[in-house]
Amino acid sequence: MATVPYFVVLTTYFSYGLLFVIGHLRDFFRSLFYKDRSTAEGYAPLCRDFEDFYTRRLYHRIQDCFNRPIASAPDAWIEVIGRVSRDNNQTLYRTYQNQRCLNLSSYNYLGFAASDEYCTPRVMESLETFSPSTCSTRIDCGTTVIHQELEEMVARFVGKPAAMVYGMGFATNSTTLPALIGKGGLIISDSLNHSSIVAGARGSGAKVQVFQHNTPSHLEQVLREAIAEGQPRTRRPWKKIIVVVEGIYSMEGELCRLSEIVSVTQKYKAYIYLDEAHSIGAIGKTGRGVCEHDGVDPAKIDVMMGTFTKSFGSCGGYIAGSKELITYLKHVSPGHIYATSMSPPAVQQVISALKVILGEDGSDRGARKLAQVRENSNYFRQELRRMGCEVLGDENSPVMPFMLYNPAKIPAFSRECLKRNVAVVTVGFPATPLLLARARVCISASHTKEDLDLGLEVISEVSDMAHLKYFPQMESFSKVKSV
Amino acid sequence: MTMGGMVQNLTESLATMLDAPLADAVVFGFHIDGHFLLETLLVVAIAFLLLQKSYQPQKRPLTEQEVDQLCEEWVPEPLHPPITKEMEYNPPVLESAAGPRTVVNGKSVINLSSTNYLGLIGNSKIKEACNAALEKYGVGSCGPRGFYGTIDVHLDLEAKIAQFLGTPDTILYSYGLATASSAIPAFCKRGDLIIADEGVSWGIQNGLLLSRSTIKYFKHNDISSLEKRLEEVFQEDQRKRKALNRRFIVVEAIYQNSGLMAPLDEIVRLKEKYRFRIFVDESNSIGIFGKNGRGLFEHLNIPVEKIDIIIAAMGNALASVGGFCSGSSKVVDHQRLSGAGYCFSASLPPFLASASIAAVEIIQQDRERQKMLQENVAFLRRNLSEIPGLTLGSDPLSPLVYLYLAKSSGSFAGDNAILQKIVDQMLEKSVLLTLKKRSVLDKCKLPTGIRIAVSASHEKSDLLAVSLSLKEVVQSILSS
Ligand SMILES: Cc1ncc(COP(=O)(O)O)c(C=O)c1O
Repeated sequence: MATVPYFVVLTTYFSYGLLFVIGHLRDFFRSLFYKDRSTAEGYAPLCRDFEDFYTRRLYHRIQDCFNRPIASAPDAWIEVIGRVSRDNNQTLYRTYQNQRCLNLSSYNYLGFAASDEYCTPRVMESLETFSPSTCSTRIDCGTTVIHQELEEMVARFVGKPAAMVYGMGFATNSTTLPALIGKGGLIISDSLNHSSIVAGARGSGAKVQVFQHNTPSHLEQVLREAIAEGQPRTRRPWKKIIVVVEGIYSMEGELCRLSEIVSVTQKYKAYIYLDEAHSIGAIGKTGRGVCEHDGVDPAKIDVMMGTFTKSFGSCGGYIAGSKELITYLKHVSPGHIYATSMSPPAVQQVISALKVILGEDGSDRGARKLAQVRENSNYFRQELRRMGCEVLGDENSPVMPFMLYNPAKIPAFSRECLKRNVAVVTVGFPATPLLLARARVCISASHTKEDLDLGLEVISEVSDMAHLKYFPQMESFSKVKSV
Repeated sequence: MTMGGMVQNLTESLATMLDAPLADAVVFGFHIDGHFLLETLLVVAIAFLLLQKSYQPQKRPLTEQEVDQLCEEWVPEPLHPPITKEMEYNPPVLESAAGPRTVVNGKSVINLSSTNYLGLIGNSKIKEACNAALEKYGVGSCGPRGFYGTIDVHLDLEAKIAQFLGTPDTILYSYGLATASSAIPAFCKRGDLIIADEGVSWGIQNGLLLSRSTIKYFKHNDISSLEKRLEEVFQEDQRKRKALNRRFIVVEAIYQNSGLMAPLDEIVRLKEKYRFRIFVDESNSIGIFGKNGRGLFEHLNIPVEKIDIIIAAMGNALASVGGFCSGSSKVVDHQRLSGAGYCFSASLPPFLASASIAAVEIIQQDRERQKMLQENVAFLRRNLSEIPGLTLGSDPLSPLVYLYLAKSSGSFAGDNAILQKIVDQMLEKSVLLTLKKRSVLDKCKLPTGIRIAVSASHEKSDLLAVSLSLKEVVQSILSS
């Protein structure tokens, strides 16, 4: 990431400082005139003042930029439901006036989100056969023939001997990690890992250390120190070390430097756990994720995790690994033993999407989708760069955040884009560091060239308004635009 | 001469010695004498000593070579322990929906494993709703609620559940298991106090762990044990006044692990007496108890406002997938920014939200199912109670019925083996039963047993057949 310009740092800190001071002033006056009676005598308040200060004084001002409801599939174009507030954004009401917007937000990388000529009929068939739910866990009577089929397909697709599926991606991480490691073990986690990994690591009872985001050299340093020093206090050697990384970091758009990281973990005998939530299906020539993209043999990855909520347009997650690993996890993982099994129509959706990706539907639609998302992403990223926006992330990644910095630009950018019928995601503190508020675009194979150009045009216009072009504009942008 | 005298003498002579050359010296109007000098010297000496590093044994950092060697020598444990026979369990694979009868290995079997309490699996209204949703929205929502993953049916379902339960608001989670483990840490942090039943399911245990609060357990479904715990806390408060912390009692309405029913009315009385809040998991009671099917609180005539937080999984009576948390708007709003499984996970697939809406509507309109279920539970229990060698656990009203060995073999594994044999032989007789399984990560140490989930849609003749087969099988296995 480029260094943040001084002027931006100053104005950003100033903005937050102002919000903070005004927030506290308002809190002060509120405490003078208004007695909170929602907490009964003798009880501690459900949320303490300092815990929800951020919500009350910062978030509520701009909450219309988040949680915008839609009334359609999260496809290339969506129906955004209008909302109004009569109390300064404290509460929002639906207006039932929908607005058709270009969707640059959903993780619909391959365009399987909407109903699909191949998938939907099959999904409906499975709904007829299996109903929406098994009302049971995988080990009781929640395993159907299609659950088995999906597990075999996933294993084949990612190139591992076996796989198991869960009904939720978040729970895949949060229930698998505790099954793999516990007291006496060490988890070394990328500093920007997803909250589900954090939940799993915390729930495991193992020690957790972080290494600098996507920096193999720092990982090596952390590993060396950890092994040399052993467990804290007792100095016993660690039972095992698991390094957890993601394929694509969803707030950075960056691809994992997998081959370098794998050579480090192999050198130090640490296990590697790769979360391909965003990368599976989205990158690699045949959609096999960051392993394929980076030319890493999947055999070198001990635990491969991924989700079906993104590229496959369904829900749930998977773990792939050796046969023994999967047998063991099926015996121990609470997500397998205690959770309702994945909904059968959702299972069928993934099977059908995988068939399309693998070309087993008898068409080349899958290959075209894969090529399309790559082409779309690279085009969009290049144009954003040319515009002078500060775009993060790597080539080929369909996720591209670009920097807003100042907190005031979060609502400005989001609202102005929405006014022009473009739905983009904006994120600020606490999801990102204080200084590094950003907007994020997710590109889909279902975006047409016209869609992308329209999106670029709007972003360019709004970026001019909000002074987001932190870098000098490149000549060719206007040229390309006018073609 | 005493020691004190000697020191005094010494300082006095020192003072006169030092006084002599400086006698009458005045700096900035300040009279400087020996006293002053001595004190300055002392201050300097103390400062000097303070600035010295405290004694530390020489610590030489490891050299690179030594670190290399340590890394070389380190032998990690394998990623997982060796695979044992017990781990290689193959669950039944269903070839049709998990309704009251299902197909396993090409054979139609009576299914007593699915928590399809109200018989809504296969319901045509629900399927219609799903089909319409699939056509309109596709399958997945492709994003978390915050980032355009909120679909109108999510809002409709939240409103529907709130209206159904009579609470101000409801928040949806995309998975039942993630509901408790997100909702509890949203409110309880380090320093807060939770008193929980020792029989709570793993999802709640995980939530308790992630909250980092102080956790105390009381004996499973034992109200006097709960009161004792509360009293202990009260006594400690009397001894040591501390800042007010948040306090919760965490229970399940019908325990997943035992089928017992929590005496919720008594617990509510206690929680008010001791000023705790209460968190109830109604997963196995929503749609099943109460005049309107709202759950155990309604069955026991407890006003819903008295339950601070209600959670439930939708994978049981509602025959869908996902979970929700219901309560005051403060309870709900707070989770929308701090429920980890809400903020950082894709939202519930819209067709499942539609399925749940349809299910709640059916529950509201059709009170017959609830009656049928209670009839079936009573009928099955009557028949099962006569089986020698097994005892009936669980509450008489619970749709989850537990069967335990009357005479334990003495070990968990031993009991498990016997019960598994029973379950396997029952499958040969076309009855799908399940043995309660426990993960090694689960802290709940309740005994193992056969778990039967009764459904409103079970035929009486099927239930009778199950009891008769079970009697035979148990007899043959226990006698051998
Ligand atoms: C890296 C990573 N892991 C796991 C998840 C959770 O997946 P799901 O949305 O299916 O719960 C996400 C999704 O946001 C993710 O980005």
